[in-house]
Amino acid sequence: MEDCLAKKMEITVSEAEKRTGRNAMNIQETYTAYLIETRAVESQSEGQCGPVESLWRRYSEFELLRNYLSVTYPHIVVPPLPEKRADFVWHKLSADNMDPDFVERRRIGLENFLLRVASHPILCQDKIFYAFLMQEGGWKEMVNETGFQLKADSRLKALNATFRVKNPDKRFTELKHYSDELQSVISHLLRVRARVADRLYGVYKVHGNYGRVFSEWSAIEKEMGDGLQSAGHHMDVYAASIDDILEEEEHYADQLKEYLFYAEALRAVCRKHELMQYDLEMAAQDLTSKKQQCEELATGTVRTFSLKGMTSKLFGQETPEQREAKIKVLEEQIQEGEEQLKSKNLEGRDFVKSAWADIERFKEQKNHDLKEALISYAVMQISMCKKGIQVWTNAKECFSKM
Amino acid sequence: AASAPKPLPSSGPKSLREMPHPLATSSSEEMGPALTPSPDLLLPRSIADKDLSLPNGTPVDTSSPASSSSLLNRLQLDDDLDVETRDLFVTVDDPKKHVCTMETYITYRVTTKTTRAEFDLPEYSVRRRYQDFDWLRNKLEESQPTHLIPPLPEKFVVKGVVDRFSEEFVETRRKALDKFLKRITDHPVLSFNEHFSIFLTAKDLNAYKKQGMALLSKMGESVKYVTGGYKLRSRPLEFATIGDYLDTFSLKLGTIDRIAQRIIKEQLEYLVELREYGPVYSTWGGLEVELSEPLEGVSACIGNCCTALEELSEDMTEDFLPVLREYILYAESMKNVLKKRDQVQAEYEAKLEAVALKREDRPKVPTDVEKCQDRVECFNADLKADMERWQNNKRQDFRQLLMGMADKNIQYYEKVCVT
Repeated sequence: MEDCLAKKMEITVSEAEKRTGRNAMNIQETYTAYLIETRAVESQSEGQCGPVESLWRRYSEFELLRNYLSVTYPHIVVPPLPEKRADFVWHKLSADNMDPDFVERRRIGLENFLLRVASHPILCQDKIFYAFLMQEGGWKEMVNETGFQLKADSRLKALNATFRVKNPDKRFTELKHYSDELQSVISHLLRVRARVADRLYGVYKVHGNYGRVFSEWSAIEKEMGDGLQSAGHHMDVYAASIDDILEEEEHYADQLKEYLFYAEALRAVCRKHELMQYDLEMAAQDLTSKKQQCEELATGTVRTFSLKGMTSKLFGQETPEQREAKIKVLEEQIQEGEEQLKSKNLEGRDFVKSAWADIERFKEQKNHDLKEALISYAVMQISMCKKGIQVWTNAKECFSKM
Repeated sequence: AASAPKPLPSSGPKSLREMPHPLATSSSEEMGPALTPSPDLLLPRSIADKDLSLPNGTPVDTSSPASSSSLLNRLQLDDDLDVETRDLFVTVDDPKKHVCTMETYITYRVTTKTTRAEFDLPEYSVRRRYQDFDWLRNKLEESQPTHLIPPLPEKFVVKGVVDRFSEEFVETRRKALDKFLKRITDHPVLSFNEHFSIFLTAKDLNAYKKQGMALLSKMGESVKYVTGGYKLRSRPLEFATIGDYLDTFSLKLGTIDRIAQRIIKEQLEYLVELREYGPVYSTWGGLEVELSEPLEGVSACIGNCCTALEELSEDMTEDFLPVLREYILYAESMKNVLKKRDQVQAEYEAKLEAVALKREDRPKVPTDVEKCQDRVECFNADLKADMERWQNNKRQDFRQLLMGMADKNIQYYEKVCVT
């Protein structure tokens, strides 16, 4: 039960503001800045809180933080950021990054990200993270000084490893497979959900036309007039209610999206494992071949065809002294190699152990979160239906009085 | 007076002199059961008869509109009594397909139960096809031109490839035909129409149809109001109001019809997406361990919602839309009646002018026409009141329907077994 930052500190992303400034290329641009507020909380004494500290950050700084964390803690499933651009939109929502609803949902997403990092037993202790929350000026430089970019594995290297690795841990292979499927199914779900939302919107809005017609019709009726008019009003209410309903549903979609992006984080950990495993396999292979070479030189037998062997046959064998020197070099290299292999093995095992621990933690978190998300979705649906019942009951009453 | 071929008693307005006194022809068994006057049932008799008589047979001086109105008032009072002492019940059911060499068609069973004296038997059961209903309606329009005849379901189905023999189509039609006959049954005047009784009772309707045609041609009378050439100068305000109302009314109903259709269309499109949505949760459930149960649950619920929505759309199509259309047809009929009324008034005014010019004392012709106008007035109002009442109830039914469906939707949602 490690004590994590989240317990000691309140963190919120409370505001979003449009700013204009000059970017790296000295071009004027508009961006949104987010206000991060933190306040130290004394766990024992209630009501005694520290002063509120705050600073402004923009999305690109969040991205920098996350990149740093991913590289520095490759065995951790690092929480994802909310999407950069609005995706899976249905027609009414705009895909504009400056749209206030989008900005608002992003604000919530960023806050969620910070809370997730702060509640992670390992990540919360990172100094750069702490500085991100507390130190406005000079933070970027601080991050760059860590030189994390150099530690980052190249995409190409990772891809290569994925294809060539021979003996990865089966659990990771399964996990990678799972995260692929998860990504595919959630994106499918989000796409269909967007279409469903679109259609439902249409159904509700057309009912609004009833409101107008009933109103016009009531004008020519005597006894039926009042009933029609009030029923029409209820139809208008019904048509308007869909806006709020779908707004709420966006929150559910966001929760799903978080796990869609988490799938990517899972894959990153798997890739790291594959890379390390591949590295290990390569190092082992290298060692084996060096040992073989050594043996060949020592015993003079050529087991495998080698250019050196051929040339020595053609141009004369080496002198015993040369051979001795070579053997010595190889033996040193073998020594080094064995040490390296040992440490790599250790590294690999450590990685697997800690990564798997975090993955288990992640699994529990995921199950818990998604269960809650599904429950709240169901609750939303029920409330939507109850509203529907209410409206139609009211309409029915109006009709009965006609 | 009984020597001439019996004109149909409810034919158009004719000169008083030409009309035989109905009670004088008490050997009226020849005229058919509907014509036998009986003291109890005098008042509901069609007052298309030119001669209004008191139960004891004394002809009443009907030269002044006032007296006819008072009789009309009495008639309206008795309307209420009539409702409580229903003596005629008609049902349409049991559709059957008939395949013949020339054609294939559907017949419906028409069952009648009655205690009315005009009917020989207390119960009848005959089979009729749509053509027969159409014939009945035309006959009613001809013989009771001043009354509003309930509409029939449409003869031809215009939209798309609708199967004339599909269960839904046949059932919708049956319901509409049933309503048609019930409305006639409820009508104080129409229900005593001769053609109606024949329709309900005759074993071979076609024979009667032919006979009817023959009679007409023998008499050589034009039953309809072909008072051509009379143009109405101005419609009296109250009828103009009704006319305007009907115009707006049909317009609004038409709009509602379109909206309802649009809603159904949107709902169906929503349904399509929903049908894809549910299974994705299932797929996801297959991936997961702990979450598989709740995910499956969501998937199942969405499936249930689909079913409920489907039912809702079906009900709307089958029950709501046909009634809307029926009322639009009704409004059309009413407008036609109004036009006829106009014609009558035009004729009256023209004849009045002619009289004034000629300075002749011929009060009876215009009176005749005027009486017709009175008739139209009263029945128009009566029927309109009827329509309002009907509409009330219809609306209640619709909303109950939609409500019920919304309820079902909710029930299914509540079954979401996410714990």
